[in-house]
Amino acid sequence: MTTLWQSLLIALRALRVNKMRALLTMLGIIIGIAAVIAMVAIGAGASKMISDQISSIGSNLLLVLPGSTTSGGLRTGAGGTPTLTYDDARAIQTECPSVENVAPTVRGSAQIVYGNQNWSTIVMGCTPEMLVVRDWPLTTGRNISQSDVDGATKNCIIGQTVAENLFGDADPIGKIIRIKKIPFTVIGLLDHKGQSPQGTDQDDVIFVPLRTAQRKLFGSQFPNTVGAMMIQAKSADVLKKAEEEVAALLDQRHRIGPSRERDFTVRNLSEILAVSEQSSKVMSILLGAVASISLVVGGIGIMNIMLVSVTERTREIGIRMAIGAKQRDILLQFLTEAVLLTTVGGIIGMGLGVVGAMAVSKIMQWPTLISTEAIVIAFLFSAGVGVFFGFYPARKAANLNPIEALRYE
Amino acid sequence: MGEVVKITDVTKVYTMGDQRVEALRGVSFTVRQGEFVAIMGASGSGKSTCMNMLGCLDVPTSGEYLLEGVNVGGLSRNELAEIRNNKIGFVFQGFNLLPRTTARENVELPLVYARMPAAARRERALAALERVGLAGRADHYSNQLSGGQQQRVAIARALVNEPAIIMADEPTGNLDSRTTVEIMAIFQELNRHGITILMVTHEPDVAAFTGRHLVFRDGTIIADTPNPSPAVAVTHEEAP
Ligand SMILES: Nc1ncnc2c1ncn2[C@@H]1O[C@H](COP(=O)(O)OP(=O)(O)OP(=O)(O)O)[C@@H](O)[C@H]1O
Ligand SMILES: [Mg+2]
Repeated sequence: MTTLWQSLLIALRALRVNKMRALLTMLGIIIGIAAVIAMVAIGAGASKMISDQISSIGSNLLLVLPGSTTSGGLRTGAGGTPTLTYDDARAIQTECPSVENVAPTVRGSAQIVYGNQNWSTIVMGCTPEMLVVRDWPLTTGRNISQSDVDGATKNCIIGQTVAENLFGDADPIGKIIRIKKIPFTVIGLLDHKGQSPQGTDQDDVIFVPLRTAQRKLFGSQFPNTVGAMMIQAKSADVLKKAEEEVAALLDQRHRIGPSRERDFTVRNLSEILAVSEQSSKVMSILLGAVASISLVVGGIGIMNIMLVSVTERTREIGIRMAIGAKQRDILLQFLTEAVLLTTVGGIIGMGLGVVGAMAVSKIMQWPTLISTEAIVIAFLFSAGVGVFFGFYPARKAANLNPIEALRYE
Repeated sequence: MGEVVKITDVTKVYTMGDQRVEALRGVSFTVRQGEFVAIMGASGSGKSTCMNMLGCLDVPTSGEYLLEGVNVGGLSRNELAEIRNNKIGFVFQGFNLLPRTTARENVELPLVYARMPAAARRERALAALERVGLAGRADHYSNQLSGGQQQRVAIARALVNEPAIIMADEPTGNLDSRTTVEIMAIFQELNRHGITILMVTHEPDVAAFTGRHLVFRDGTIIADTPNPSPAVAVTHEEAP
């Protein structure tokens, strides 16, 4: 213990003598650690953001879109033509054993007016299952009921953004708003949901009963058709199975065969989102790896300067050996010096990394997540770099022949 | 009186490529407790080689070396370091103090490697500096001291561990004649208190202060003569 303390004192003195050199040597480590901390914080922030968004969509979801992805070289694009019907949705609900809920939707945009306020937003026709599938609770009021759908009532539930813009802080329940000039009664207010993985504001929405939307708002030449259907499987395990059941049922209902191409697309939403989560994780690992390289470069700088230091102080090493320093005393002395360099550099780097990450999240509105774990690991890593790159020079010093070291000029 | 150093038939051969240099060719002698011995001889005669070996900085090619009756041959590097630490005090021609370090810290150094607690170290170092007349310079940095003062710090450092023997290789080689006498006065004073000293010197004037002259030539001892009435070193301060 006393020797470690002595080595520390000697190391501090040696660094004080060459302040500028010590600082320049540490720079590599400072930059390396700062980069690692900042990159990991940014990467972790991004992947947390994505996983939050994924859970905001709901779990175990399939998305069925009208139209095919490819049709004979000509891309129609999913959602192109209205081929899905409300009856399809009900058939899926009753005939596919792996399916828990089906939420057919009709979607359009509309001008909303309340008093002298007006607001342009997305209006979605849906069934009661919508909020279940999306795992989306209400702040106040009630959900759209099946009788609302069947009776095509002029009731609606609104998202937080719409509520803020039309009502400010006032309670929206029971208020009459006009959607495309048709009066609707607000029966429910949705909880805050935040951004979607695509970056749109999910709270900027109004839900109306499906039938109401089909007949009164977006009346088309095909009154019974629906746009996208969201389907929730009974569990993650049967998601794949549900996908197959839905496709098979729709193939049968739409008489899809060798001579007729599919007029719908089933997408595994959870899978798509999981992939994007995965890729953000890979991204943060990659960023961390790139940052680690600068740490290794910093370590090599430490090794270089320690070798110089050993050569410069050969005579000192000789003196110490002549008066009784053992090899391990010399080894410890130089190792301590290297570790001191890297850990001091590491601490400064951590500070800069944290500040950098906070600056990024402030300036670029990009979330960052600084974990104590990352800080502890970075600290241990910087000490490890000191031991690893300081060992060779320290051993070189310890192995010097005392007579030759004493004679060194 | 016990034998502090006893070497028998010691040789040292340096091989550099296919060249062999026989620096020592069968040297035997004994140094008893309390002796003050001068080692003399022409340049290249093997004096430093012998001193390095006696100081356990180097090992002989052949022959036996007993230090206080303990056979030093075949000891590991660590064990030799321990012997240097607690049985031997070195004084070099070039002083060899650590730069940017105070006199006291320099003197404390052997005690640091002996794992002595700081308070005891400080006390011993100050006492050793007192013995060489530098009590007032304890906190001066080594580069703020004159050559003579630096050598006195080095002597204090050699003393501080109460070694069996002090080995000095041309301790006055870098000093003027007046300072040389000062250093010799310190050695004589220490020797009067029973400390054994082995000193290499070129100058007969310096050797005159010792009690025995060992003369080297071509790696062997050609003369070993006692000096029954050594000159007394009198420094100017002490002169009437
Ligand atoms: N490390 C070494 N490698 C090879 N030869 C050496 C080595 N050290 C000493 N020698 C040789 O050994 C011989 C004795 O050298 P040594 O240094 O002991 O002489 P010295 O008596 O101390 O001389 P001086 O009075 O000049 O200091 C010399 O010929 C020298 O060249
Ligand atoms: Mg010599």
